[in-house]
Amino acid sequence: MSFEILAFLFMLSMFLGLELIAKVPSQLHTPLMSGSNAISGITLIGAMVLAYNQGSTFALILAAVAVFFASINVVGGYLVTDRMLEMFKKKDEKKGGGQ
Amino acid sequence: MDSIRILLLLIAAACFILGLKLLGKPETARKGNMISAMGMLAAVLGTSLIVWEHHGSFWPMSIAILAGAAIGIPTAKRVKMTAMPEMVALFNGFGGIASLLVGWSQLHLFMVQEKAASLLFFAGISIFLAMLIGGITFTGSLVAFGKLAGHIPTKPIILPHQNLINGAVLLLVLVGAVVFGFYPDQYWIFLIAAVISLGMGITAVIPIGGADMPVVISLLNSYSGLAACAAGLAIQNTLLIITGALVGASGIILTNIMCKAMNRSLANVLFSGFGASSPNAAGGGSGEKREAKSKTPEDVYYLLEAANSVVFIPGYGMAVAQAQHAVRELADILMENGTDVKFAIHPVAGRMPGHMNVLLAEANVDYDQLVTMDDINPIMDTMDVAVVIGANDVVNPSARDDPNSSIYGMPIIEADRARTVLILKRSLGSGFAGIENPLFYADNGYMVFGDAKKTLEAIVSEFKED
Repeated sequence: MSFEILAFLFMLSMFLGLELIAKVPSQLHTPLMSGSNAISGITLIGAMVLAYNQGSTFALILAAVAVFFASINVVGGYLVTDRMLEMFKKKDEKKGGGQ
Repeated sequence: MDSIRILLLLIAAACFILGLKLLGKPETARKGNMISAMGMLAAVLGTSLIVWEHHGSFWPMSIAILAGAAIGIPTAKRVKMTAMPEMVALFNGFGGIASLLVGWSQLHLFMVQEKAASLLFFAGISIFLAMLIGGITFTGSLVAFGKLAGHIPTKPIILPHQNLINGAVLLLVLVGAVVFGFYPDQYWIFLIAAVISLGMGITAVIPIGGADMPVVISLLNSYSGLAACAAGLAIQNTLLIITGALVGASGIILTNIMCKAMNRSLANVLFSGFGASSPNAAGGGSGEKREAKSKTPEDVYYLLEAANSVVFIPGYGMAVAQAQHAVRELADILMENGTDVKFAIHPVAGRMPGHMNVLLAEANVDYDQLVTMDDINPIMDTMDVAVVIGANDVVNPSARDDPNSSIYGMPIIEADRARTVLILKRSLGSGFAGIENPLFYADNGYMVFGDAKKTLEAIVSEFKED
């Protein structure tokens, strides 16, 4: 794939990201950060592809270590975010039940 | 097979975009996180298809994923809400090191296959940037983790000529990036720069004080996305580029919000070693020193008992003392008593964006009771009692009144305008920045010394004895 397309893809995604999250209420700052942090673990799939190259054992080991760290990032990040958001949600239900 | 893979990766990208959008609204945030997690699953499945097609086995990779999950799941389940900032920092660092390793692995493969010399300039630069940003994110996040968890002193640590050296190193590395772009088969440039990038993460975060941590964490969050994005360019993976850019952008927005809340530029946060550099500004301009008055929990009980409206202003001290449950208990009693109770939260209170919201949510404080700085300030004059719990700089009137103060211009919660201000604090010591707080000596200000949690519990038991 040409770098031209990839570079444009990068630029458009940045603008999309800025638009998506432009107005976030402050109580969601932490979940947003931790949730987007989990998403940044997407490096996982890059590492997965590299972990199956057949040219070099050393490159394979590097990629496997990357898979390991990225998995912690992904799994831990999503779970932690969900725990936080669950606390927020609990109160909404409580409130809903009270009314 | 290939079209299924493409479909799965498209679904993944759509899930991330939709997930982030939903994460921005309180009602849909949890669903957003779930959708984004589904996207990640789709991405992993789609990638597994290629792997299966080419190799017919999953074993080394699946073990690495399972090992990562085996560590990630219990850590995420066990971590206390008060320890959330350091947890997020640590996970963030792991994302960074993964990007560095991806760049390295790709370059090593190119070297072995003797393709490196023929790489395009942009391909070389991308590999270099994945390593550079990933490395800075990794060690920077580890230092942030250390500071937040209390393993490293949170005071700014400034080395002599810090900014000069940092600037020179950054310039050197950028030159290295360009040279490497032209000569991507010069493996040694990459390896030396990798070591330097790890060092840069440390020297960049070490000088930053504890109260500036919300900015640093947001920025590192952005870096981890950009690192993933660079890794995507390096291995020509579109999903990595899109997703990394989305995260990079969201980190930039958060960083910007945090900087605004402190009325400081990003450069100022990163390079000034705030507080350590300006000891003379500490006294402020007002000159004469007054005696701080203090109250016992019993005095506080009489005061709160008679109050019609009470606003709690929590800060990092509430997190340290784990006082959020005690605060909620007191708030509940006051409400039963017919008092109007609010919690006013400064955007940079605590050590990460939204830190206080998370803690109060954990303690089951009703969302309706939380108000922002902009909501509470106009009605502060009508508040009978403001209770400051372990917050300092975010309620310091010097930021409004004293042009000589180093925090002058920072928006604050104007607790001093309430009829009575109670400050729950261990001692008269100043905040992280070493700036004295005139609020402690104000005519309507009273210190309630001691551990915030114990103090609050003492007040609660006064109410119960009644």
